[in-house]
Amino acid sequence: MYRYDEFDARFVRERVAQFRDQVARRLDGSLTEDEFKPLRLKNGVYLQLHAYMLRIAIPYGTLSARQLRQLALIGEKYDRGYGHFTTRTNMQFNWPRLRDVPEILDLLADVEMHCIQTSGNCIRNVTADHFAGVAADEVEDPRPTAELIRQWSSLHPEFDYLPRKFKIAVTGSPQDRAVTKAHDIGLRILRNAKGEIGYEVMVGGGLGRTPMIAKTIRAFLPKAELLAYLEAVLRVYNLEGRRDNKYKARVKILVHEIGAEKFTQLVEDEYARLDGPSIVADPQEVARIAAYFAPPAYEKLPLRSTGFDAAKTQNRAFATWASVNLFPHKLTGYAAATISLKNIGEAPGDVTSAQMRVLADLAEKYSFDELRITHAQNVVLPHVKQDDLFAVWQALVAADLASANAGLITDIIACPGLDYCSLATARSIPIAQALAQRFADQERQIEIGELNIKISGCINACAHHHVGHIGILGLEKSGKESYQITLGGDATLNAAIGERLGPGLDAEDVPDTIERIVEVYLQHRKAGEPFIDAVRRLGLEPFKAVVQETLHAPA
Amino acid sequence: MPLLDRNGAKKDVWIISDDGSADADHILVSVAHLKQALSGNGRGRRIGVAIANTVKLAELEPHLSEIDLVSIAFPSHGDGRGFSIAKQLRHAGFKGTLRASGPLIADQFAFALACGFDEIEVSSAHAARQPIEQWLKAASSISQTYQRGFGAHNILDARRAARATGK
Ligand code: SF4
Repeated sequence: MYRYDEFDARFVRERVAQFRDQVARRLDGSLTEDEFKPLRLKNGVYLQLHAYMLRIAIPYGTLSARQLRQLALIGEKYDRGYGHFTTRTNMQFNWPRLRDVPEILDLLADVEMHCIQTSGNCIRNVTADHFAGVAADEVEDPRPTAELIRQWSSLHPEFDYLPRKFKIAVTGSPQDRAVTKAHDIGLRILRNAKGEIGYEVMVGGGLGRTPMIAKTIRAFLPKAELLAYLEAVLRVYNLEGRRDNKYKARVKILVHEIGAEKFTQLVEDEYARLDGPSIVADPQEVARIAAYFAPPAYEKLPLRSTGFDAAKTQNRAFATWASVNLFPHKLTGYAAATISLKNIGEAPGDVTSAQMRVLADLAEKYSFDELRITHAQNVVLPHVKQDDLFAVWQALVAADLASANAGLITDIIACPGLDYCSLATARSIPIAQALAQRFADQERQIEIGELNIKISGCINACAHHHVGHIGILGLEKSGKESYQITLGGDATLNAAIGERLGPGLDAEDVPDTIERIVEVYLQHRKAGEPFIDAVRRLGLEPFKAVVQETLHAPA
Repeated sequence: MPLLDRNGAKKDVWIISDDGSADADHILVSVAHLKQALSGNGRGRRIGVAIANTVKLAELEPHLSEIDLVSIAFPSHGDGRGFSIAKQLRHAGFKGTLRASGPLIADQFAFALACGFDEIEVSSAHAARQPIEQWLKAASSISQTYQRGFGAHNILDARRAARATGK
């Protein structure tokens, strides 16, 4: 994991002091509320429906035990004993007081964390594949790139007042687990014919009210040129992005309006003017960062662990969890374990301080002191010996963290919605809870197989419902919540935007409708055919019919 | 209107004269009258140009060596286009004075300086609310940042220097 050097440490401390001063100047009237707002947003402080909310950056979703324990402490001391992991792998506290914020920032700085640019019209927290360093198909670990970008984008003098927020995601694998094509910039690490490492640069993806899949503007950017090229892209966006309408200000609209070709041309023209070597990081600097992500001291282990096999035979619940929640590790004898924060009936992504401490202990004891937060709002222990999995699982069971539903239908992504969010048009957490309850049966979940449901409480699409296999969007129609269902979205390499199945439904009708959709799938699927493949093959028609049935069912 | 640079308050010697007709040593003209002002500049006057933040670099580029000051308008503190224009002008080799004009706030001073601005012009009401001391303090609140090409005090070059001395 990356560790701060003296420069990073001073930078973060100075940012805390700066924020204290900004709060003081707001209070003494030097700054108007309008002037203060972007400053507080860029430090993660939001005004929500009921209170202030603080959003803490978890860069590319990586945490150490010590950091998670600090979050547990903050949750206890300044919130209500829990925190919430977001789809951008940040942690949110929903109930801190504004005057406590500088103190919380100090506590974060103590463990090399911050809230810098978790909100506001600037470059946001960079995300990456949660199986970085684990996946066998990885060309290169995306975390050093993400860390380089984190540093470069922090308080960037030129790009702190962009037309709108700007999100960057990095994947190092051909199998895209970071949803890069739904970001303002998606970077995919790849090798060219000569075997050199570089990036495919994709720009203009995004969800929200106008969902778009990013376009490739550079098929291969040599690795060393990254920061200079990013500077060119951001400069074009800063100058050309629309500022007349907040809803048209994202780079995806610019790319759409002028066309990917023209946009590429503008970027390349700007790039040609730059003095690249004076902007990019030295190879030594890149190597310095990469060294922090060197593989941990793995043991050489046999392919199969007899202890693991025996535990599975003896304990069915463990066997089920292992079959659903494990991801193959590139090293024999290890596995990456997904810990689901989707207990039936609870708010997706919520975790108590006590649970955070259990997770921290497990990471320390069994996973080289490392944890990952996923965009699906779960936690990963990336490097667990198969021999240790049973002990890990037992500890998870005791902490109520052993739901065996990673990637299954009850592993639902939901935004805070009307329960917390001031922009919401409908509730999303209760819909997630109702659906999880409906599909709670473990056998049935496994029989249905991989299926992801994503629920957003308004058109801003924070839960990425457009790329959910089943997407649910909560709107308000004549004073009543109304839910629109989309089908066929895909967040992976084959990124696709889901299509609407029909008019909006009442909240009570959502579980029935989803159940009928699943039944259509089960009836028509071929052996071993996942939900998303079946939807592609069958088309929307058979599924549209069930929405019609719901609408016309006698009340 | 009050003017300040990295050393504090500053006297404004520039006279605004859209069409360049004013009889003064330092005249600030509009883009539309720039060519005319430059060509009629037999008297050794200093010419500056005031631009909106939508002006394209190409419009100014041919004249950069003859211009002494470019004043870039910031219509609001939330509109950061001026930062990129400043950066482009510096890249293009502009050596004169760069002025940011508009309701910027003290917290943006460091960014403006890093992007190549020399001075900021704000309204009197604005300056009354945010006195000079706040600007100077804000300018130095972060001692080093991470971007190369935005001023001497960057962490990447500092790390390189530390490597060179074997620290
Ligand atoms: S999708 Fe809408 S309701 Fe949900 S968190 Fe985002 S802004 Fe709030």
